[in-house]
Formats: sequence, C-alpha cells, structure tokens
Amino acid sequence: MLRDITIGQYYQTDSVIHRLDPRVKLAGTLLFIVSLFFFQNIGGYLAAALFLALVIRLSKVPFRYIVRGMRAILFVLLITVTFNLFLTPGRTLVELFGGHVRITYEGLKMAFFIALRLAFLIVGSSIMTLTTTPNHLTDGLERALRPLKVFKAPVHEVAMMMSIALRFIPLLLEETDKIMKAQMARGADFESGNLIQRAKAMVPILVPLFICAFRRAADLAMAMEARCYRGGEGRTKMKPLVYGRADYLAYFLLAVYTVGSIFIGRL
Amino acid sequence: MGIIRALDVVYEYLKRDDDGNVTGSIRAVDGVSLDVAPGDFIAILGHNGSGKSTLAKHMNAILTPTEGCVWVDGKDTRSEEEVWDIRRSAGMVFQNPDNQIIGQVVEEDVGFGPENMGVPTKEIWERVEESLKAVGIYELRKASPNKLSGGQKQRVSIAGVLAMHPKCIVLDEPTAMLDPNGRKEVIRAVRALNDVEGITIILITHYMEEIVHADKVFVMDHGEIAMQGTPREIFSQVEKLKELRLDVPQVTLLAYELQQRGVALPDGILTIEELVEEIGRLKECQS
Repeated sequence: MLRDITIGQYYQTDSVIHRLDPRVKLAGTLLFIVSLFFFQNIGGYLAAALFLALVIRLSKVPFRYIVRGMRAILFVLLITVTFNLFLTPGRTLVELFGGHVRITYEGLKMAFFIALRLAFLIVGSSIMTLTTTPNHLTDGLERALRPLKVFKAPVHEVAMMMSIALRFIPLLLEETDKIMKAQMARGADFESGNLIQRAKAMVPILVPLFICAFRRAADLAMAMEARCYRGGEGRTKMKPLVYGRADYLAYFLLAVYTVGSIFIGRL
Repeated sequence: MGIIRALDVVYEYLKRDDDGNVTGSIRAVDGVSLDVAPGDFIAILGHNGSGKSTLAKHMNAILTPTEGCVWVDGKDTRSEEEVWDIRRSAGMVFQNPDNQIIGQVVEEDVGFGPENMGVPTKEIWERVEESLKAVGIYELRKASPNKLSGGQKQRVSIAGVLAMHPKCIVLDEPTAMLDPNGRKEVIRAVRALNDVEGITIILITHYMEEIVHADKVFVMDHGEIAMQGTPREIFSQVEKLKELRLDVPQVTLLAYELQQRGVALPDGILTIEELVEEIGRLKECQS
C-alpha cells in the first residue's frame, strides 16, 4: 500500500512535457496553483480541469498512475471536506440530529470547491515531479533561485538536499514496508485499536526507520565525497539548461491559461 | 613507485561510553605496508572485522592513517590540497549500491563524478557513454536505478567511478549484497576493466572464488596482513586459511582433501578445469 504513493516519483517515458525545461515546469506548477486560489465559480475549475487533462495527455503518464497517488491523501481530503460541509454558516439545506448538525448551501459549495482545489493542487504538482527527474528539478530550482545567492543563500546546497530527499522516498518506503512486515511477523498489530493505539504501534517502526535513514545518509555522504563532490563551486552540468522553442511556446500557453482561467473564474 | 603505497599504516578507532568519554581505542589497521604496481589486479581478503574495509578507505583519502603514510599516485593522502586529485585517481565503489547512487536516471548518476570535477558538458556525455559501454549496461542508460537488479546497480556504480577516468578503482566488498548471478556480472565487468583498460583494481572481498584471477592477494586478520602472495600460493595453505576463518573454494578444498588421502595432486588447484586435467593426467600415469 505504501508503494502506491506516487507523489514525488519520476515516471520514465519520453514526452513533450518530459523534455520541457524544468524552469518552465516549475513556473507552470506555481502559476497553476496560484490560479486555483482565484477561482470563485465553476468555470475556473473547468478551465483548470481542461488544462490539466491536456497536460496529462501530453505527458503520456497514465491517468490511473496519477490517481493511485491520490489515494494517499484521500484521508486529508475527506477531513477537509467534512469540516467545510458541516461548519460553514449560511442557508440551511439539511438538518440532522434535531438541528445540531446541518449542511448549508454555502458549506456544500465550499466543500465541493475545496475538494476540487486540493485534488487539482496535488495532481498539478505531481505532474511536475512525474515528468522531471529530481536532478533536473534541482537544476531548475538552482537556476531559478540563483539571484538569491547575492544574499549568501545556500541555493545549490538546498537544491541538492531536495533532490536527494526525493530519491530516497521510494527507498525509505520500501524500508518501512519491510520493517512493518518484520514486526507483523513477530505479532505486532497495526490494524486494530483506536487512533491513539494505532499511533502508538507506529513508534517501533519509526525508531529503526530513523536509524536506517541516518545510516544511509552517512553512506551516501561518503560515496558523494569519494566522487569528488564539494558543493556547487566549479561544477559543470551534464545537462545544462537551455530554453528551446518548445519552452517559449509553453511559457506563452501558460500565460494564456493563467490570464484566461482567472478571468473566467472571476466572472 | 607503485600507484598505491602504504607504509606502516595504523588506524585507531576511539571507543566512547554513553557520555562521550574516551574509554579506549581499537586498532582496526595495525602496521600494514603494501605496494601496488600500476595495472595490477589486487585482492584483499579477510573475514568480518579484519580491518580490510578500513584499509580500503585509506586508499581514497576518506580516512587518513593515525600513524604511517599512504601515497596514492605519489600524493600523500594527508595533504588537504591534494585530496580531490587523490579521489580522482583512485575511485571507490562501496558495498551497498542503493546508498551510493545519487541520480534517479542511470546516465545522470554516471555523470555525477565528471560534473563534480568540472568536465565540459560535451566530454561528460562522451565519458558517460564509454563508461556505460565498458561495463555493458549502455542499453539501460535511461532507466531508473530503483528498477535495476543488484548486479546492474553495482555496475552503474562502477561506471560512475569509471567516468572520472581513475587510474585505480578500489572496490569495497562490491558483491556482498548480491546474488550469485549479480556477483558474476560484477566480477566479469571488473576483470574486463583490468584486462582491456589496464586500470589497477583493488578488490576487497570475502568470497574466495573472486580472487582466483588476481595478480596478488593479501589476507588480513586483526588489522594486520597475515598472508600475501599469488592466489596459488595462498590457496596451497589450506590449513592456515581455515585458521583465519576463511572458506577455501570447494575445488581447492576437494583437491586438498584428496592430497591428504594420498592422491598425488599439486598444491593450490584453483578451478574445476584444472582439477579435471590433473586427475586425467593421474589416470594416464596409472594405465
């Protein structure tokens, strides 16, 4: 079940979206997310859905693969929706338990929009990580944030840390799975009991997981040093970032989408 | 002078109690001297805790000796300025492939070393291509390392080191976590590098089968070099190897036991073919 989480994973294939400059994809993701927060009617969300569908289609990542990643955040989604549904004041639609709990028209609308917004947000950002290798992503971030170097911000270091963290997500998930199975084989129970009991049962997983993560980190640091890694100074790039015609076109389409969808969304 | 030279190397770990006070020290490496000629295939053998991995880390300036000296390609590993030159001339492959692959695509990982060295972009691509071809995984260049088998991952690691154009590659138990097929793949790749490219290889292992083709073998025990010589010389001393808690290859052991029972076989038989040949010769003599 843990391996189903596709957020932050790379999906290996060759597509227009995969070949785009990571800076375009970063800017695109950011603009897309920002645009979501401007929408006040269904039109905006329709535009966003259309745009997302187009990008997914172009990226050649199977839709099922993306949806599988969504299951991991289903719980968060449900909680948010429930809260919005029951706790928004306004015109009453349904009254339950003698008027103590009620669903309002505004609440329904709000819950619906919040759910859409969250889902789009996750899908939108996972498209970026699914189509960009972490190294590429880091390169993009590093280039995009380069101006911050003036303020002595450790841009390269932070970018490198992020890309390594991303690479280790599947490994650590695998490790968690292994530890859970090893403990289940010895009678550990993760499935029964209330929420607190279940959370308590997780502690024995976290301890070995942390130790394992630290050990891996130490090994990796040594391996990187052995391969002459010494920070960003004097480093060359195997895949330097150069904008091509497709990238400029993508920027143009992004601008059209952003302006267009916000315009529609606020009509 | 050899490409790697160690003189009376001592390395001490400090033992600490829970409060971080030093309670004593362990000598992981104790007075080791060795000299590796360019182009050699060297094997370092030893059971767990014999100090072989600690010694290996000295050859790449990851550790520096407490006492004594290590020179890599004529450079002292203790000099801060030359550390990067040393790591460039002596590449290192570690045991766990998952913990040394940085890229999420094979070719990006192989390019990591040259990138760090400041090699121009065009040349990085050439180096990546030639390295991947040298270890026979060029067709996997676009794959994700997570999807590869252990043997393939370890060959990616070797390619990553190879792309830095080292004179010497130190492999610290590269096959310890692999299945028999993976082990064969890796050893074959390593031997090819030695034969074809003439790169000096230092292979650290506890699998006896892997050292059969080495030019010279060092056996370590308690931080010291207990035995050294050609594989044949080492394997002819079956009793001593058993004392050092090392397993002799089955063929060698069989030949040794036959010899003990009075069959006239020579010392230190290393391969099945050799044994078959010798037994054939014996039969001819008898008839």
